[in-house]
Amino acid sequence: MDLYEYQARDLFEKHGVPVLPGIVATTAAEARAAAEKLGGGTVVVKAQVKTGGRGKAGGVKVVHNPADAEAAAQAILGMDIKGHTVHRVMIAAGAKIAQEFYFSVLLDRAERRYLAMCSVEGGMEIEQLAVEKPEALARVAVDPLTGIDAAKAAEIVSAAGFPAHLADEVADVIVKLWGVYAAEDATLVEVNPLVLTEDGEVIALDGKVTLDENAAFRHPDHEALEDKDAADPLEAKAKALDLNYVKLDGSVGIIGNGAGLVMSTLDVVAYAGEQHGGVTPANFLDIGGGASAEVMANGLDVILGDPQVKSVFVNVFGGITSCIEVARGIVGALETLGDSATKPLVVRLDGNSVEEGRAILAAANHPLVTIVDTMDGAAAKAAELAAA
Amino acid sequence: MAIFLTKDSKVVVQGMTGSEGMKHTTRMLAAGTQIVGGVNPRKAGEQVAFPGDVTIPVFGTVADAMATTGADVSVVFVPPAFTKAAVIEAVDAGMPLVVIITEGVPVADTAEFFTYAQAKGTRLIGPNCPGLITPGQSNVGITPADITGPGRIGLVSKSGTLTYQMMFELRDIGFSTAVGIGGDPIVGTTHIDCLQAFQDDPDTDGIVMIGEIGGDAEERAAAYIKEHITKPVVGYVAGFEAPEGKTMGHAGAIVSGSVGTAQAKKEALEAAGVKVGKTPTETARLMREILGG
Repeated sequence: MDLYEYQARDLFEKHGVPVLPGIVATTAAEARAAAEKLGGGTVVVKAQVKTGGRGKAGGVKVVHNPADAEAAAQAILGMDIKGHTVHRVMIAAGAKIAQEFYFSVLLDRAERRYLAMCSVEGGMEIEQLAVEKPEALARVAVDPLTGIDAAKAAEIVSAAGFPAHLADEVADVIVKLWGVYAAEDATLVEVNPLVLTEDGEVIALDGKVTLDENAAFRHPDHEALEDKDAADPLEAKAKALDLNYVKLDGSVGIIGNGAGLVMSTLDVVAYAGEQHGGVTPANFLDIGGGASAEVMANGLDVILGDPQVKSVFVNVFGGITSCIEVARGIVGALETLGDSATKPLVVRLDGNSVEEGRAILAAANHPLVTIVDTMDGAAAKAAELAAA
Repeated sequence: MAIFLTKDSKVVVQGMTGSEGMKHTTRMLAAGTQIVGGVNPRKAGEQVAFPGDVTIPVFGTVADAMATTGADVSVVFVPPAFTKAAVIEAVDAGMPLVVIITEGVPVADTAEFFTYAQAKGTRLIGPNCPGLITPGQSNVGITPADITGPGRIGLVSKSGTLTYQMMFELRDIGFSTAVGIGGDPIVGTTHIDCLQAFQDDPDTDGIVMIGEIGGDAEERAAAYIKEHITKPVVGYVAGFEAPEGKTMGHAGAIVSGSVGTAQAKKEALEAAGVKVGKTPTETARLMREILGG
């Protein structure tokens, strides 16, 4: 789960990382009140979106009084930045910046440990820095068993080439940022820029944090950070039913079991769709291992609720999941829906109890259901029906 | 032969007395796996009955189970919150191979127990994986044992159901060993580890490698294949249709910016001389053509 900047700021503050005061606002009036609360002087109005490049898009404005903060918020709220609508701004206290730096710590999948990256050249996008001045970006491996202690932080700061008079202060902030990473089960903590103010303070001016959703069970407070209103309504419905669903743009609804097989099903449908005017999948939906008839029916309910869906492809290879349960789920869902079910279903079953599952579907003999024996054949049929 | 797992492997089940553990221990026994014990400190000394008049003893610790039975494989079915402790216990006991089926383990826990296991010389497979099967000999995990029999193909995959699908497609040829390495961002055994083992396995004539979006494990595997693998490899990559920034079921299956795309993985594999199928069925056909089956 990616956090908004203001949420990252709050987490930083909680763990003792030096940050500037910041107040989140959802209306221009709230933005004005926030600017007044911060002393009525210079503040920065910052669009809160989970994407980069908001400065270039006009989503960050420096203003010098509350009236201008209100006007800036008015302009920024509702703005579209790379497909993300701005629903919130953060009113942040102004800072006199002397120098900008970069720091991040993240999961290194390939090396199966963590990686700290640090540079005395901050402010630009890190991808750009890595390409244009790779020598300016220090990369230091972090052992998961020991993390970033004072010695490791000193190593990072030295590798990045900080001058001696700043080294201790920056290292201290890095240790605290590691505290955020470790204590909150993050997979990314990035500060860009980390700044030195004219008053000689080192401050995290902008933060990006990704939290590990697998660790949610030990962080009950993380649920409040979820962006419920930004979720697609179908994704929200699926989540409430405990289904693993991602909304896409196409017209073939997909249900399968196992993340890999469902991803593959999307691809096979898009491939078959090339022969049918470019038909593509409408969603990803994994009913998981050992799914019951009820889970199957819930999945079908979500997909048939998507007005973009023209046909549905149910693709199950029964490992733990029994094809009997899948077939019962389909038959049960269609009975419940009655005449309101109007979209054709293509079903391909293999594996655990396949003969019994196919027999249940054959006996029900529902006019909307077509059974196809192979995955590629079924994908072609579903694409054809969606294009019809 | 086969890799990592043979008929002689002696397996303990951590979490055997839980509902998932019971269900899958029953299935593993039916597949011929030598299950020599379960581990549960609260039920130590008990005997658990399974179908076919089999009883399996429960030990208080992995170390006790190993000392009594000579177990050399542990399979972990405990819930995510307890997985780290279970794996570290097995590593401390000196277990050579630990297979972690559990889905939903925090990646920080995996990073820690992987680092710990690596220092002590324990191989981990998983987490969030179906385990591995050497058909006709032994099955550790949740892979259905009745899809196919022994044969000449080695299979390594991030995905469980795609493993089953591929075994089904190539059931006429059969498999030496199929390893589901798991769909998490950090896994104990990689594509490369399996490729290396299959290269050295006299019973494996061809290798099917299944990847998916996220990270750069497939690109690294491609580079490895080019340098070190002389046996034929065919590949399949899932997730061409996955949008950027969305997690597709598996915790590790996410395209971040331009990193981790299916297209990049496919191109890397093809550049290494690996034939990559557009669908699982086409991938199977490529393997069949190569082996002349």
